[in-house]
Amino acid sequence: MKKGGVVLIAEHDEEHFDMMKNSLLRAGVGSQILRLADGRQTLDYLFKIGSRPASEHTSQQYVLFMDVNLSEVGGVEVLEKIKEDEQLSTIPVIVLTAVDDRHTIDRCYNLGCSTYIVKPAKNEDFAESIQNIGAFLSIVETTSIK
Amino acid sequence: MDKQMVILIAEDDAGHFQLIKKNLWLACVNNDIIQFKDGQQILDFLSRTGDGMHLDETKRYIVLLDVRMPKVDGLDVLRRIKDDKELRQIPVIMLTTTSESSMIEQCYKLGCSYYMVKPVDYHHFMEAVQNLGKFLSLEGMRLPSISSNAN
Repeated sequence: MKKGGVVLIAEHDEEHFDMMKNSLLRAGVGSQILRLADGRQTLDYLFKIGSRPASEHTSQQYVLFMDVNLSEVGGVEVLEKIKEDEQLSTIPVIVLTAVDDRHTIDRCYNLGCSTYIVKPAKNEDFAESIQNIGAFLSIVETTSIK
Repeated sequence: MDKQMVILIAEDDAGHFQLIKKNLWLACVNNDIIQFKDGQQILDFLSRTGDGMHLDETKRYIVLLDVRMPKVDGLDVLRRIKDDKELRQIPVIMLTTTSESSMIEQCYKLGCSYYMVKPVDYHHFMEAVQNLGKFLSLEGMRLPSISSNAN
């Protein structure tokens, strides 16, 4: 993703968010890294982008990391709503969660997540995984939401 | 890493295929890799037609797809995978020399997971594929089952 892109992290755990942010910055991904604390905030943020008046439109690239366990609106439902929207559906969504069951994994891929990753239990492994994801994302092209 | 993961690579350029394979291996990806030399070959594999090897339901797949290929191009392969009820959950990563933004947008609209442009520089190409390899071999990586009734 382009250097100026925005990384959105839908994550209820603040400590996990801080760790992710630090690792992604170290990997050189995104100029802005924003936390969305629950599913409702995530949907509000994304759907506001799509409904801005034309005069305020700046084309921007996004990547979304999302936990499945989000309060207010669950991650699977958020994913479904994003992928139903013509514009927002082009945003790569990486599901990053402690949930490791076959049904949820298959469901998320069916709805169109780009990748499903289970969070490693140890903090140092978690940070290392995020750095690897960041290094990969830095060579991926994304498309702008206009 | 998902041990059942099989990497399907549709790439007509033999040199590029060897380079991709070698650098995935250097990034510790030791899963099975199957090469397809054109779009028709990979479609035959996925839709279980033709004489060659066919999709195995006990495995999990990820597809690396070039855009410019003989017979059926990558865009068409992507469209056919994402239109198919059984195959659509398979993650497809575009790996191509084509860098036009309209093509990138079209592929994301069709449902590709990621779009990577092959760097022209040899060393950058190696580095990019190794980054992809490290990503694919993440401990927590999970891939979808084939023919799941997830809905």
